Amino acid sequence: MREQKIYLHASGPLVALVGNPNCGKTALFNLLTGSRQKVANYAGVTVERKEGLMRLASGQPLRVLDLPGTYSLYPRSEDERITCDVLMGRALGERRPQVLVCVVDATNLRKGLRLVLAVKRLGLPCIVALNMSDLAAKRGLHIDTQALSEALGLPVVSTVAVQSQGHAALNEWLENASWQTPNPEALPVTDALNHSPETDHRVVQDILRRLSLDTLLPDAVSDQLDRVLLHPLVGPLILVVVLFLIFQAVFTWAVPPMDAIKEATAWLADQAVAHLPETWWRSLLADGLIAGLGGVIVFLPQIVILFFFILLLEESGYLPRAAFLLDRIMGSVGLSGRSFIPLLSSFACAIPGIMATRTIANERDRMVTILIAPLMTCSARLPVYALLIGAFIPPREVFGLALQGLVLFVLYLVGIVGAMLVAWVLKRLTRGGQLSRPLMMELPAYHVPSLRNLVIGLRQRVRIFMHRVGGTIMALTLALWFLASYPSAPDNATRPAIEYSYAGWLGHTLENVFAPIGFNWQISIALVPGMAAREVAVSSLATVYAISSSKDNTAEALSPILAQQWSVATALSLLAWFVFAPQCLSTLAAIKRETGGWKMPLIATTYLFALAYAAAWITYRWALWMGWG
Amino acid sequence: MILVYDGLMNLDTAPLTTPLRVKCVLSDVLNEERARQLEEIGFLPNEQVSVMTRAFPGGDPMVVRVGMSTFALRRAEARCIELDSLDDHA
Repeated sequence: MREQKIYLHASGPLVALVGNPNCGKTALFNLLTGSRQKVANYAGVTVERKEGLMRLASGQPLRVLDLPGTYSLYPRSEDERITCDVLMGRALGERRPQVLVCVVDATNLRKGLRLVLAVKRLGLPCIVALNMSDLAAKRGLHIDTQALSEALGLPVVSTVAVQSQGHAALNEWLENASWQTPNPEALPVTDALNHSPETDHRVVQDILRRLSLDTLLPDAVSDQLDRVLLHPLVGPLILVVVLFLIFQAVFTWAVPPMDAIKEATAWLADQAVAHLPETWWRSLLADGLIAGLGGVIVFLPQIVILFFFILLLEESGYLPRAAFLLDRIMGSVGLSGRSFIPLLSSFACAIPGIMATRTIANERDRMVTILIAPLMTCSARLPVYALLIGAFIPPREVFGLALQGLVLFVLYLVGIVGAMLVAWVLKRLTRGGQLSRPLMMELPAYHVPSLRNLVIGLRQRVRIFMHRVGGTIMALTLALWFLASYPSAPDNATRPAIEYSYAGWLGHTLENVFAPIGFNWQISIALVPGMAAREVAVSSLATVYAISSSKDNTAEALSPILAQQWSVATALSLLAWFVFAPQCLSTLAAIKRETGGWKMPLIATTYLFALAYAAAWITYRWALWMGWG
Repeated sequence: MILVYDGLMNLDTAPLTTPLRVKCVLSDVLNEERARQLEEIGFLPNEQVSVMTRAFPGGDPMVVRVGMSTFALRRAEARCIELDSLDDHA
């Protein structure tokens, strides 16, 4: 199993980076390890685990672990608990680190040093890295590292994570110090928790006073920016513009590369068909492998664009402020502001949206967001909506508005309202929803995003998607190809080949289930390969109705046949079905990957199918009653 | 309104951008964790605080400066923090 691939750089001693959130710890980690990083999850939880490999000048390899940021060793959340567990040597499947690098934001010593004191009590060899020391100097803070080192009783070095040689002093210490001797597992775990933060606070204040660093020098630029960006009226307006830009980018900028990928896939498949003998493996290659690979890669443009913006917002410090501004709206359905961007991007595609839920710190909120993300009307539903609306909704005007457009709007709205209702019900029903969850979210000083951190972050998202989600999507596409191709049609077949296959048999069986909501056997069959992606339902309907068409005019050719053979009630019922049904195995694969188990994808599949069935049933009955049968 | 800092002021009702001092964090029976967490992120006695801004409408959540750090807090969280005037301990 892939989850087990934790010890990738098993050679070399383990160095752990520990520090407050937003102290530049991950930037320092990126500087130390460059591209030699492995991102996985900690055993049994969905907390991201980042390990990298660095080499000292002597050639000595070191494994570097970037622990989740924490304010204290008294954990508030699951990530903070992981940090504590690793430091105390009791995390599942983790070795206790041999040396700790305690990263402190040099511009905010009072907060960082409290953690340093707590970490020091753990008894592991430890060095303090005063990060962002260039910013501190610029603000007129002159830190005497020698004196600070004496006061803390720990070695102290200055680092600048955004400079290419900003880690020189740290490397030198790691090279020369004799920290490698003790066996960390043998060290006793001191009672680090039963310590009042007040005592440490007094010690820190005392140290700062002695080094004359106890003046408060807040970042003037950040404060000025916040006066505008967090303004009660102007702030939300700017946020709307930012969100609109992101939505536009994910929705429209991604279209040309996605079209190019689709065309290239189709061309490759055509080439395979044209140049290879007609055998079972030609079909496997063209309709299975190439189509499957194309189906994975096609998500990349949206993922890259969305994460480019999210990383930009995160690096610059705006993301928590956006969450602050949206907190009240999302709070009404039991979520926090952090859920907004993942949900917004789910309108383009649920997969980048589900991957983006990693920015939600609260576990319950993250799970609820993942569960409702598939209800946002993604772009793959549009071909289905367009086909059915074109065939069944007359192009006339109602109250001066085009009826077809109105129906499309209602479909979007039903998805949003459905998602809000589900979140609201979960707020009522779950214990976690009843509790008022803490916000206590830090708004860090603004920073100019660094290109290195952007590139490393983007590459990680792409790799996670390709390695983990991609494999599952590929396997499922192949399975669906098999279902739709075997057993093959007999030589004297009179009906479309798919009817003789397992998918055909499955469709005929499903017809009994779907008859009460007005689906005929053709729809039932088309829904089986349509599990690969929603828009596939259009081409599989064409296959079932034996339309021999080129790729461009499938919908055009299909539209009159459907209009003739289906009742309006059936069409409306199918539309309602597509608002809710999890007709997308890629989404379910992403949910499984991001939640680290089968529980959430099973819950999502069950409740979405149940909602879809209920919605389609109500729609069908209502349409029959209206006389549209 | 005349502001009298008699030790009865809590952070949720504190005036905007006025530097004040943390007196103590009240332990809430229903939410014991909350007080500890507020202390862990820096709301400790004698630390300087001020309210930077409040969300519109309703003033919830709010942005608070404590020491050198800035935090977004819900009103209910801010209510746990009891304040003193700045010069009492200066």
